[in-house]
Amino acid sequence: MESATPKVEEPVRFSTHPSRYHHWKLHVDGAVARLVMAVDDQHPLRGGYVLKLNSYDLGVDIELADAVQRLRFEHPEVRAVLVSSGTDNCFCAGANIYMLGASTHAFKVNFCKFTNETRLYLEEASAKSGQTYIAALNGVASGGGYELALACETIYLQDDGSSAVSFPETPLLAVLPGTGGLTRLVDKRKVRRDLADVFSTLAEGVRGKRSKDWGLVDDVFAKSRFDAEVKKRADALVAAAAPKDEGPGILLADVAPTRSEDGAKLVSSYRYVEFTVDRETRTATLLVRGPTSPAATDGKTLREQGSDHWHLRAFRELDDALLDLRFNHPTVGLLVLETSGDPEAVRAHDEALAGLGGDWLGREISLLVARVLRRLDLTARSLFATLRPGSCFAGSLFELALSADRSYMLASQDDDAPRIGLSSLNFGALPMSNGLTRLETRFLARPEHAASLRDVRHLFDHDAALEHGLVTFTPDDIDWDDDVRIAVEERASLSPDALTGMEANLRFAGPETMETKIFARLSAWQNWIFQRPNAVGERGALTMYGRPERPEFDWRRT
Amino acid sequence: MSNVSSERIPNNVDLASDRKLQRALEAWQPRFIDWWMEMGPEGFQSDQVYLRTAISVEADGWAHFDYVKMPDYRWGIFLTPPTQSRTIGFGDNLGKPVWDTVPGEHRNALRRLIVTQGDTEPASVEQQRLLGQTCPSLYDLRNLFQVNVEEGRHLWAMVYLLHSYFGRDGREEAEALLERRSGNEDKPRILGAFNEPCRHWLSFFMFTYFTDRDGKYQLLALAESGFDPLARTTRFMLTEEAHHMFVGETGVGRIVERTIELTQKNSNGDARAEGGIDLPTLQKYVNLWYSVSLDLFGGEISSNAANYFASGLKARAKEDRYEDHLVLDEVMSFEVPRADRSGFDRQDVPLRNAMNEVLRGEYVEDSQRGVDKWNRQLEEAGLAFRITLPSTRFHRATGLYAGLHFDPEGRLLSEAEWQAQKGQFLPTEDDETYVSSLMQRPIYEPGKMAHWIAPPAKGIKGRPIDFEYVRRQDI
Repeated sequence: MESATPKVEEPVRFSTHPSRYHHWKLHVDGAVARLVMAVDDQHPLRGGYVLKLNSYDLGVDIELADAVQRLRFEHPEVRAVLVSSGTDNCFCAGANIYMLGASTHAFKVNFCKFTNETRLYLEEASAKSGQTYIAALNGVASGGGYELALACETIYLQDDGSSAVSFPETPLLAVLPGTGGLTRLVDKRKVRRDLADVFSTLAEGVRGKRSKDWGLVDDVFAKSRFDAEVKKRADALVAAAAPKDEGPGILLADVAPTRSEDGAKLVSSYRYVEFTVDRETRTATLLVRGPTSPAATDGKTLREQGSDHWHLRAFRELDDALLDLRFNHPTVGLLVLETSGDPEAVRAHDEALAGLGGDWLGREISLLVARVLRRLDLTARSLFATLRPGSCFAGSLFELALSADRSYMLASQDDDAPRIGLSSLNFGALPMSNGLTRLETRFLARPEHAASLRDVRHLFDHDAALEHGLVTFTPDDIDWDDDVRIAVEERASLSPDALTGMEANLRFAGPETMETKIFARLSAWQNWIFQRPNAVGERGALTMYGRPERPEFDWRRT
Repeated sequence: MSNVSSERIPNNVDLASDRKLQRALEAWQPRFIDWWMEMGPEGFQSDQVYLRTAISVEADGWAHFDYVKMPDYRWGIFLTPPTQSRTIGFGDNLGKPVWDTVPGEHRNALRRLIVTQGDTEPASVEQQRLLGQTCPSLYDLRNLFQVNVEEGRHLWAMVYLLHSYFGRDGREEAEALLERRSGNEDKPRILGAFNEPCRHWLSFFMFTYFTDRDGKYQLLALAESGFDPLARTTRFMLTEEAHHMFVGETGVGRIVERTIELTQKNSNGDARAEGGIDLPTLQKYVNLWYSVSLDLFGGEISSNAANYFASGLKARAKEDRYEDHLVLDEVMSFEVPRADRSGFDRQDVPLRNAMNEVLRGEYVEDSQRGVDKWNRQLEEAGLAFRITLPSTRFHRATGLYAGLHFDPEGRLLSEAEWQAQKGQFLPTEDDETYVSSLMQRPIYEPGKMAHWIAPPAKGIKGRPIDFEYVRRQDI
């Protein structure tokens, strides 16, 4: 059970490299990559559990996320990615139950969120990067193992009398599949709901021909032919795919910051990002610096800049800081978003990147910026943007302010007064989870207004920004300190649970997509069930799992 | 005439008035016969074999002897008669009435237990299907077939449970039992030992001694089940299983006897030089079959085992010998290997989670009894060699010690040490070739024995040793 005072644990770090993987093997052979899950059960992220049967914890998923990212940037020639297991008879048993049992609720929620994001990235790579993921289930895929397969575009299952796909969460653990499995079953694979109902309560799962008949997998092959049949299909997919992108890929350099401590403040200094945590006020500040060198306007320069390219570097740093916030600073409730630099420089870089949309690397960088911004949207902390003198909330960086729950812009007539600018990237390249741009979501009541902003080429001062609805408040220098301070302190005093729910409700207006459904249902249902006595009470199923006694349920339904 | 009648299928489950069972068996029985013809003993299907058939559960009915062609064998369905107002004897449901039908809550676990048990029965028939062609005597040939038809009947026993209590799912599982094949890459049998080849009679005797003994302990544990039909079915199966282990124990004993003679006859004490199976080779086969059979009990620490016990599905062997049937407070200590192989750490595990190990412990003790008998033979003959059971850590593919290497004394070996020494511990290809070379030709002459094995002490059912236990039709 959760203890009142969180244990002091080693912080989770997210930078890794294939040469340091414990749990995955990445082989690239021409246009086909193989991602082989071979979990080293003796290398859990934290002690106290053994990663049996290719079960995973955050450490395993950090490597998966790294591999998916690197394939896009470092191996653009890859067209098909085969995901399989290096463990006999077992593809993947899903998230490790003992790890979940030993984790705090906050960790579990963030773990599920991260794994969900990784699976969405995998789907995005299939849809937008021309790297199609194929699950080759050479053994049992249960729970999160089958969910990983569901995130692939095609699923092949070995027909050997024992390999099965299953969702044992409800019958065995009294919880739900936590990485979008139920949603993908009916929304993505469009499995009939009655069959999905049977499947989701059948602990042992479904194997062989029936798994194909029910649409749970795309095809089944005998064990002796399995590898060859899957390879044949991967090769066919490669043959039918669009011509290869121009290689070679670029290497993604590590973005790890230098970290320092200043009283109650922890400072992580990246090249373009500075992330400051104030443990006393339970707030953090994320400062992103705009570009200072000229933009790359052609593919050649883009490649020369490689992972030093401003968008690529700055947003990867932002990503790392957001994950640091989520996992290592659970009590920080409010994140203040700031920028510094020249708004015109940001706009110039944005336009250059938009102009390189036909180049695979330009496309990948835009997609990455969009992913990081969605990670920000999905971060369950209050987000305030403060637009101060010397800031550069323009184009892609203005998305930070649009992502925030509210924004404060200093009303000033001075030369260095804050200005807002828009760029092409604000109008489609950086969609939210709901498929709309942040401007479209913001102006749901006035779609024409969102569209008309495209024609505004000049920078907005505070009056224009307020008039166009681009910021929430514009205090002047006399009010600024008190207004912002009080707002921050007030926010930090509210219930973190209520705020999480309230913010999530307000942030994702507009249409539902599979992605919004996955996160909303994760928050609403799984997180509720994860807290209920039937799962985690003294005699709950998750508590009792692996123990000698049987669970006991409170039979009242809500 | 219907294939399914009480005439054709002896039973005490009122088959004649059970429409559900009739319907299921009408579809299944012909497939079973097809399977038997395809995978049963090869080359002997039209011979008359002197076999024991169970035709009732009475004292005089379960062991009826007569000549019969194997495909005409009357595979029956028998359950030990019910005990009045039996209650569950262990776990969280202790003292509650036993279940006459499958509780929905335990459907999955029960089906898994029954399918896993059922899968071993046809598997062993498949493993042994070519052995008849190298039999050491008609007596042994008959024993082989007796074991085979009874494994077939044990399959029927499990299929009866699947058909009667598990609806459509059960029928599908019953079909699948006939579809998997021992050692087949695409459709292997469920458990490892049942995919190991059984190439010759030394392996057959080891299998019936060691592997069938696992069956005995699984059946003893299931005979306590709160699901009464399973308990009653397995109780009756146990009466037949005893013969299989008898075949193994006396088979190895007769080899030991012959090996003693040959060792003493040879001036260098080398039984191999005399065309026999030398004791060091025999020891390697003990090491092999004992260790693969230990794996059949499952992992030392198992939440499934705890769940089966807690739910009242599977107990310890002869549960009533124990005092505490709830087993909530006891623990068992294990020496758990460290990840870096630097040694072991002691870990206390709730006893319910260690039920596999409890059963394995009983098995180890029971296995030792026959070994002691063989060693008495050696001792009486004045030979110094003693057959030993290797450490339970040796050559394990499941549980705590899987993936590590140990010598038969249980000492941790490095990969290099293991590679260098494993030929001393386990049969090599050369050993396999040698043992098979002794068994090139079958012995069909009544009373005659192959060179490498001594005759049995007595025949079957009071018949002489030179009785024509199998009447060959087409030699």
